[in-house]
Amino acid sequence: MNKKTSLGNRLVASPYLLWSVLFIVAPMFFVIYYSFTNSAGAFTFENITELAKYTDTFLRSIWFGVLATIICLVLAYPIAYIIAQTSSNAQRTLVALVMLPMWMNFLIRTYSWMAILQDTGIINTFLNKIGIGTIRMINTPGAVILGMVYNFLPFMILPLYSVMAKLDKSVIEAAQDLGGNRLDVVRKVILPLSMPGIASGLTMVFVPSVSTFYISQKLGGGSFDLIGDVIERQFQQSYNYNLGASISLVLMVLILFSMAFLTKFTTEGEGMVI
Amino acid sequence: MKLPSKIYTFLIFLFLYAPIIVMIVFSFNSTNSTGLMAGFSLRWYAVLFSNKNIMQALYNTLILAVASALIATVIGTAAAVGIDKWKKNLFRSSVMGVTNIPMMTPEIVTGVSMMLLFVFMGRVIGRQGILGFGTILIAHVTFNLPYVILSVLPKLRQTDPHLAEAAQDLGCTPLRSFFKAVLPSISPGIVTGMIMAFTLSLDDFIISYFTTGPGFQTLPIAIFSMTKKRVKPDMYALSTLIFVSILVLLILTNVAQARGENKKKKNI
Repeated sequence: MNKKTSLGNRLVASPYLLWSVLFIVAPMFFVIYYSFTNSAGAFTFENITELAKYTDTFLRSIWFGVLATIICLVLAYPIAYIIAQTSSNAQRTLVALVMLPMWMNFLIRTYSWMAILQDTGIINTFLNKIGIGTIRMINTPGAVILGMVYNFLPFMILPLYSVMAKLDKSVIEAAQDLGGNRLDVVRKVILPLSMPGIASGLTMVFVPSVSTFYISQKLGGGSFDLIGDVIERQFQQSYNYNLGASISLVLMVLILFSMAFLTKFTTEGEGMVI
Repeated sequence: MKLPSKIYTFLIFLFLYAPIIVMIVFSFNSTNSTGLMAGFSLRWYAVLFSNKNIMQALYNTLILAVASALIATVIGTAAAVGIDKWKKNLFRSSVMGVTNIPMMTPEIVTGVSMMLLFVFMGRVIGRQGILGFGTILIAHVTFNLPYVILSVLPKLRQTDPHLAEAAQDLGCTPLRSFFKAVLPSISPGIVTGMIMAFTLSLDDFIISYFTTGPGFQTLPIAIFSMTKKRVKPDMYALSTLIFVSILVLLILTNVAQARGENKKKKNI
C-alpha cells in the first residue's frame, strides 16, 4: 500500500510539475535564448554589447530604487512600531487600512498623484490662490521617487509590523530594567530582532521600484527613463524582442545579486544577536 | 497612543489616502477638470455606465479572475498534497525553488518571459495573433500557483498524517480518505489561497499587459490605455466604485473575524 501512495503522491503533483516546467522554467530559457540571438535566430553578442548605451538608465533606476527603498524604511519603521503597540482590535483596523490602498488599481492611484502635483493641479491651484505662485513638482525626479514610495510603502510597513507584533514585550522591559535608555533599547534590542522584517521589506520595495515603468512615465513625464520603460518600449513599440530580452536578463541578474547581498547582510546581523 | 505618535500616524495615513480622497472628490465634479472642483454632479457615473468598453473589460476581468483562481486552486492544492509527502531532498528543494521564481522575479520580467514563450510558440505553429484569452489565462494561473501552494502547505504540515491512514484502515480508498479526512482540515488554507489568487488576478496589470492581445482587454489594461490620454473623471468614478466595494468587503471580513475571536474568548 505504501508503494501505491507514494506513486499517488507523485501523480497528484505532476500537473503542477508539468505546468512549472512549461510556464516558469521554459520562459526563463527563452529570455536567455532571445538575449543571445538576433531577429533571424542566429547567435550574437550584439544585444549584450548594445546594453552599454543604457548604462545611465540602469544607474538611474538603481539610484531611484535605492532612494525609494530607504525612504520607505525610514517612514515605515515608526508606523509599524506604533501599530504594533496598539490594542489587538486597533491593530486589525490599522493593518486593514494600510492594505486597503494596495487593492486599488496602482495606475489610477499614480494618475491621481498627477492630478495633485501638476502645474494646474490641486496643490498649485491652492498656491496660486494664496499668491505663492506655481511650484514645479510634476516631471521631476522627486515626483518619480514619491510615486515609488507611495505605491510600495505598504510592502515595507506590513513585514515590519508582523515582526514587531511578535516581539516579546518582556525582552524590551528586561532591557529597560537593566538600565538601557530608549535609544539603547531600540538599537540593541528592537532593531536586531526586527532584521528579518527589514530584509523582506527591503526586497519587497526594491524589486518593484527598480523595475517599474508606469510611475516614471506618468510622474516623470518621460524625461527620466528607467529600465522598465526601456524594456516596455522594446516589447510594445519598437518590437526588438532580442534587445528587450537582454535588458530583462541583466535586470534579473542585478536583482538576484542585490538579494544575495541583502540576505548575507541581514543574516550576519542576526548572527550578532546570537 | 502619545500625541507625537498620533500625529505621525495621521500623516502617514493622509499620505496613503491623499490620492484616493482626491479621486473620490473629483469623481463628483460637474466639469471634466481633475484640478478644480466646479460643482457636484453624478454625470461621470452616467458616462461610466454607458461606456461599453469599460463594461466589457470589467466582465473580462471577472471571468479571468474566477477561471484562473479555480484552475490554480485545483492544480496548486494537488501539488501541495504531493509535495508535502516528498522526502526532503534535492528534487523537493528545486521544485520549491522553481515555485518561488514567480514571486521573486520582477513582474515585468515574468510578463516579458511569458510573452517570448507565447510569441515563439505562435511562430512554431504559424499563428500571428496568439496573444489573447488563452495566453493571459495561462499567465494568471502561473503567477497564482505559488500563492495557493504556499498557503496550503502549512495547513498540510499541521494535519496529523495518521488521520488519512486511519481512514484507510477503516476501509476508505486513498482518494476517499483524502476527501473525508484531509480536505476538511486544509480547507482554510485552500480558501485563503483561492481568495489571494482571485484578488491578484483582478488587480494585475504588468503581466497582463505583456500576455494579452487587442482581442481581450482587462480592466487594468483599459485603464492604462485611458490614462495615456487625458483622463476624464469617469475613471475616478470607476475607481470610487471599486474602492467602495473593497471597503465594504474588508469591513465585513473584519467584523466576521472580530466576532470569531470574541466567541473563542468566551469559550475559553
